[in-house]
Amino acid sequence: MSATLNRVGLPRDAYKGAATTLCAGCGHNSITNHMIKALYELGVEPHMLAKMSGIGCSSKTPAYFVESAHGFNGVHGRMPSLTTGAQLANHRLIMLGVSGDGDTASIGLGQFMHMIRRNIDCTYIIEDNGTYGLTKGQFSATADLGSVQKKGAVNTFQPIDPCAVALTLGCSFVARSFSGDGKQIVPLIKAAIAHRGTAVLDIISPCVTFNDHDGSTKSYSWVKDHEESIADVSFIPYFEEVQVDYEPGTVRDVQLHDGSHILLKKLGEDHDPKDRRAAQRVIEEGRAAGHLVTGLLYVDPDSVDFATTEQIPATPLKDLAESDLRLTRDQFAQFMSEFA
Amino acid sequence: MTDPIINDLTIQAATVNGSGSQTANLVLTRAIFRMGIPVAPKNVFPSNIEGLPTWYQLRVTPQGHMARSDRVDVLVAFNATTWREDLKTVRPGGVVIHEESYSTADARTDLIYYAVPFSKLAKAKIPSETLRKQLANMIYVGIVAGVLGVPWEALEHAVRRQFLSKPKAVQVNLDAIKVGLDYWQDNFSKQDAYRLEPMTGAVEGKVLVEGNQAAALGALMGGVTVAAWYPITPSSSLCEYLIAYADRFRVDEKTGEKRIAVVQAEDELAAVGMAIGAAWAGARAMTSTSGPGISLMAEFAGLAYYAEVPVVIFDIQRIGPSTGLPTRTSQGDVAFAYTLSHGDTKHIVLLPGSVEECYEFGRDAFDYADRFQTPVFVLSDLDLGMNLWMTPAFQYPDKPFDRGKVLSKEDLERLAGEWGRYQDVDGDGIPYRTLPGTDHPAAGYFTRGSGHDEHARYTESAALYAGNMDRLNRKFETARKAIPAPVVDETAKSPVGLIAFGSTHVAVVEARARLAESGRAFDYMRVRALPLSSEVAEFVHRHERVYVVEQNRDGQMFDLIRLALPSELTERLRSIRHYDGQPVPADAIIEPLMETEAIPA
Repeated sequence: MSATLNRVGLPRDAYKGAATTLCAGCGHNSITNHMIKALYELGVEPHMLAKMSGIGCSSKTPAYFVESAHGFNGVHGRMPSLTTGAQLANHRLIMLGVSGDGDTASIGLGQFMHMIRRNIDCTYIIEDNGTYGLTKGQFSATADLGSVQKKGAVNTFQPIDPCAVALTLGCSFVARSFSGDGKQIVPLIKAAIAHRGTAVLDIISPCVTFNDHDGSTKSYSWVKDHEESIADVSFIPYFEEVQVDYEPGTVRDVQLHDGSHILLKKLGEDHDPKDRRAAQRVIEEGRAAGHLVTGLLYVDPDSVDFATTEQIPATPLKDLAESDLRLTRDQFAQFMSEFA
Repeated sequence: MTDPIINDLTIQAATVNGSGSQTANLVLTRAIFRMGIPVAPKNVFPSNIEGLPTWYQLRVTPQGHMARSDRVDVLVAFNATTWREDLKTVRPGGVVIHEESYSTADARTDLIYYAVPFSKLAKAKIPSETLRKQLANMIYVGIVAGVLGVPWEALEHAVRRQFLSKPKAVQVNLDAIKVGLDYWQDNFSKQDAYRLEPMTGAVEGKVLVEGNQAAALGALMGGVTVAAWYPITPSSSLCEYLIAYADRFRVDEKTGEKRIAVVQAEDELAAVGMAIGAAWAGARAMTSTSGPGISLMAEFAGLAYYAEVPVVIFDIQRIGPSTGLPTRTSQGDVAFAYTLSHGDTKHIVLLPGSVEECYEFGRDAFDYADRFQTPVFVLSDLDLGMNLWMTPAFQYPDKPFDRGKVLSKEDLERLAGEWGRYQDVDGDGIPYRTLPGTDHPAAGYFTRGSGHDEHARYTESAALYAGNMDRLNRKFETARKAIPAPVVDETAKSPVGLIAFGSTHVAVVEARARLAESGRAFDYMRVRALPLSSEVAEFVHRHERVYVVEQNRDGQMFDLIRLALPSELTERLRSIRHYDGQPVPADAIIEPLMETEAIPA
């Protein structure tokens, strides 16, 4: 039996990683599977993928997909700076960051914000369960006000919403989804990878061990009951022909810089994903109504990423030769003479 | 009148920060340098933008001593609030050039005063109101030139050199100097003994360079392509010079593309993180900071050590602890930088002892980092980094880049994909690495700061953990033999030796010269890197007593050397420490040395 090969000639198995060591039923494992599907379907070349992460349950997951790719599991909350540097060294790499709510919204909030401010070309996935799993169930900064810990403690602080923060900072791609919703996540991951600039994807991912009980607003049952999708998302990569099978007038088409298309089918609300203020309004209204709004909240397909702003040459910086970098003997002698 | 004192004096200009005095000081320095006389300027400045007192000390000696002297021969008193205190620093018989309105009633009587109406002269003779405050400083250059005998040609040259990029400013500045010179000639007759006379043979082929300029040039020649930094005194100018040099030498004129990325990060955590990320992806990457930044970088330094990522970290030391004195110098980060981060972490630390070595080590640090796949610290300091130093012109590199053990696609094909990121194939402790983007299915591996086996896979195995730590030690031992060796001068053949490093070197040179003149010669070893060379213990072995001279309170290098010595040698070690934030003068070495080493009558 021969496996189906993608456009770069690889089977789906080529995108698998080591066996997960997370809890059975963990939302993160679902996301890993969605990631494998998205990367396989997009035909990402594994050697061009750089899997970046910080510290925590979420940050372990890059070991569980595309084993043959390079990965960098750095220090807690500092993945954005590592990603920034790696992107500058080789802007041709596909930077895929996986973080958690603690890694992003607590210890890493500063770097998260500055990554967005610089518009580093990377996909930044937050596997958001509102809890510290590895250290056994403390609240994180995304835990909702009034949500209850397994042992009964009540969270008394306002949550930090990574999507709201990202929008405020002018993030060029902001989306939210739910780990159980592969139909929505897979096209969002593909679109995030195709997007040039920082793409933040906040995925609510229930912690089955510490945060999947009745008092939790990040449990499977709560999310299932309160999820409100603003549109059906589908993604057509640049190498596929666009064939719209939705009725005209119900579809929004966003073309990305590489020629890919994001197609959004209207649901209840007619959300324009290119309207940043509308995205902020949708989040606020959802919050007020006790809904979890999912989907592509905002995209700026014309955003200018950091490597472009920095005028990085076409040849990656890491590949520049000595002759590109050192002054010539004449230049050096002339320069030294100016210090006389 | 006493015998003339020729070309051997220290001028101290006491001015107000932000008043434009620095330009005047530099013109004076360049003019004297133009006369062929060795100069050693030191800027003592406040952590302030404008208004606080600042001092510029310009030492000239026929021998070319570069250390600070704490005795002033010529005081230019330009700051009303400090001038009474400033008087105390002047040698008996010294000169005081001061604003006429400062009262000398009950001032020291063993000094020679030249009162100059600077404010009135500036008002009367400098037409531009906007430039008057700045140019008033140039009037004192004219007065000093008159007192000491600096020829007009030298002044003219210095002004042109100083305003290379602003030729329009040359004439107004020369005019202001002329105001001072004329006033001197019309109103004074020389009362003091100090003279400057042109020399030959002392400064030919020499240039004036700041250590941070030298390090920036070194980094550029070392092939840096990603630099991330966060502003901090006294390190900021290193990256600012790097930006300026890169704008000149690394920009494609046609496309505007830059063959470097210099990023001002949001803090030092991000700065070193960006450098490590870039180095991991294959760029030559650096950051530059000072003590507080080093503290913040501790966690990432441990990651780079353990995950074996090459990165260059410049630490332009200032005096701590904590914020300390942000504009004063120190060698107080040595012990901390050496073992920066938790757990069993240790680093290669380069210790430049001159601006020439700031250039060479700043350049070669990238080779060491790549070859040993580890962070390399370059420990300069405020004195070295921010002052101008007379130096031989730097040499063009005679070696190509050493990118270390990097496996290419072709290498992996040859190995049929059989390799392990942390395998010690060659027995030197140094593993092979691949870069992201290498088009081979076996190229990828998972870099992590958690426990890992030879294939970079997560492990909690006791044996694998310990084995890897032992290999890291082997790598460190390989590095110990490869990094810059100590420079030894045992021509004195003395039973007593001195050990120093970094900017302390110049004070030791002067102390040894002066002691030798009085018949007491000392052998000397200058340490240039950590881990310490085995030569250090051998040097101690050959001497009865060895004094370690350094600029910190706790004798950090003294401790490091003591730890490296066999126990029977540790008692031979003595410590001389200078830690007031001012660059160490030779007297601070000679005096304690003579207390214990004076020959009994």
